[in-house]
Amino acid sequence: MSRYFIRRVLSLIPTLFVIITLSFFLIRLAPGGPFAREKDVPEIILQNLLKRYNMDQPLAQQYLRYLGDILRWDLGPSFRYRDLSVNEIIDSGLPVSMLLGVTALAMAVFSGISVGIISALKQNKWPDYVAVSIAVIGISVPLFVMGPVLQLFIGMRWKILPMGQWISIHGIKAIILPAITLSFPYFAYIARLSRASILEVLRSDYIRTARAKGLKESDVVWRHVLKGALLPVVTYLGPAFSGIIVGSVVVETVFLVPGIGRPFIQSAINRDYTLIMGSVIVYSAVLILANLVVDVIYGFLDPRISYK
Amino acid sequence: MTDDLILQVKNLRTYFTVDEGLVKAVDGVSFDLRKGETLGIVGESGSGKSVTNLSIINLIPSPPGKIVGGEVVFHGKDILKMSPNEIRHLRGNKVSMIFQDPMTSLNPFLKVSTQMIETIVLHQGLDKKAAKEKAIEMLKLAGIPAPEKRIDQYPHQFSGGMRQRVMIAMGLSCNPEILIADEPTSALDVTIQAQILELIQELTRKLGTAVILITHSLGVVAGMCDTLCVMYAGRIIERGKTDEVFEKPLHPYTQGLIHSVPRLDRENKERLYSIQGQPPNVIDLPDCCPFYPRCEKAMDICKKKYPASVGLGNGRAVSCWLYSEGNK
Repeated sequence: MSRYFIRRVLSLIPTLFVIITLSFFLIRLAPGGPFAREKDVPEIILQNLLKRYNMDQPLAQQYLRYLGDILRWDLGPSFRYRDLSVNEIIDSGLPVSMLLGVTALAMAVFSGISVGIISALKQNKWPDYVAVSIAVIGISVPLFVMGPVLQLFIGMRWKILPMGQWISIHGIKAIILPAITLSFPYFAYIARLSRASILEVLRSDYIRTARAKGLKESDVVWRHVLKGALLPVVTYLGPAFSGIIVGSVVVETVFLVPGIGRPFIQSAINRDYTLIMGSVIVYSAVLILANLVVDVIYGFLDPRISYK
Repeated sequence: MTDDLILQVKNLRTYFTVDEGLVKAVDGVSFDLRKGETLGIVGESGSGKSVTNLSIINLIPSPPGKIVGGEVVFHGKDILKMSPNEIRHLRGNKVSMIFQDPMTSLNPFLKVSTQMIETIVLHQGLDKKAAKEKAIEMLKLAGIPAPEKRIDQYPHQFSGGMRQRVMIAMGLSCNPEILIADEPTSALDVTIQAQILELIQELTRKLGTAVILITHSLGVVAGMCDTLCVMYAGRIIERGKTDEVFEKPLHPYTQGLIHSVPRLDRENKERLYSIQGQPPNVIDLPDCCPFYPRCEKAMDICKKKYPASVGLGNGRAVSCWLYSEGNK
């Protein structure tokens, strides 16, 4: 088990290397560049800028230099945020996005599974219809509608929670509204996923056996159904985790959260090469690690899986 | 004789509502089960054998299934009128079941010990340690080598035959009065089949358990059962002592079934006999004899009305116009 774990962590290195290499050259294929402006920049200034960012060198040399920098975890200066390095942007934004994302995902998992259980056990009765309707709303209402509606009622009309901005200004309760908004589509998806898989397990032979043994319905559900039924939910958590952390740009914009999603999206539009690379590296590392954790959880849930 | 009666199924009817219409999966099935008796229920796939037995302990998935009528009297009480709590007390305790496919009937996510102990703790009120000892003892009885070690393993670490042994050990762990075995050997290979059947026979004799054995194999019935019910399209069409039915089958369907078994003691120069046609489509079945399209002795009346069961004494009965009064 631990040997498997170490091997998986080590396999991160070649994977990231491939991702970095591909991204490094791919983003340079995109038209435009970090210094392209509507107004032409005078040639001499452009030359100076290119020199300042080592972009006057041949591409191969830039690449090798970048690899060397990364080994020292120096992601370079941002091309657009003049006074900030990519490291600084990530250091200040990532913890915020992590906190927001983990909170939202925890809410989504807890409420999604609960709603999934209720609606599966009450299939085709009113609690199921209510749950399924909420899930459909959650999946179809976009975040930029959901967020402002919550802000309008809970933040502005009823003044229960702050409308926006982060912990430094409003304290811990500033997390609640953005986390709810961010969690909603994930909640809806997890609810549908767990409902479907619980229904499938409920029809299986071993549940019939459990019932034929005279077990209480609650024991049947808690001991016999859930372990197997939650496997698909766990699988989904890997990509969901990295998606929710890096992809919260809408919520960050609506609620003025100083997270990492907005600079990441901006970097792509600005051709901010170093920041793009930084976001790619962060996103892939989080995704790979999250999938590793999912695999480990899998090993605990399903005895048929063993890691060697 | 009636004192020994532990289970009486009277006119049991279980229907399924599907998109295409009404399926009368079990339509007026009656039989008695006595203490220590082994009753065989045979029939083709879809004849209602399994549904009959799931109905006995009210485990029909509903919807789409529904027990629409009849009684299942266990020691003088109708199981179908019991509260869910009362039925739960019977299931796995007084009446236990073994299912067809041992590969899927055990929970793959739980250790065998967990699955066995929970039943024993629930019904016998033992603490976990005593229950585990009991479970190990049952596994040993069921012929599982090194049960002390095996009990802490997961089902996927057992072979198919071993899993069915676990199911049997689990089913008998609370000394049930009735063991319902729903095609316990269909999913196993032939050499294991014989072992499993022998095990069921040996253990239930030792414990005095009555057995309802559902099967589509006449050979299994001949070897194990005291009495026999033949089912066709949701009804019992013939019943009686196993020897008598085999010696002199009355219903054309039973005759056909017995005829189509390959025999070792006869020279097989001709083609093996088989019953013509297909089993009927059970959706919205008309009230006629469902076997008449395939019957070599069909008469006009067979297409019009279902023949009532005619008792011939000594537990023998048959539903066929050939034996009904006033058949013309």
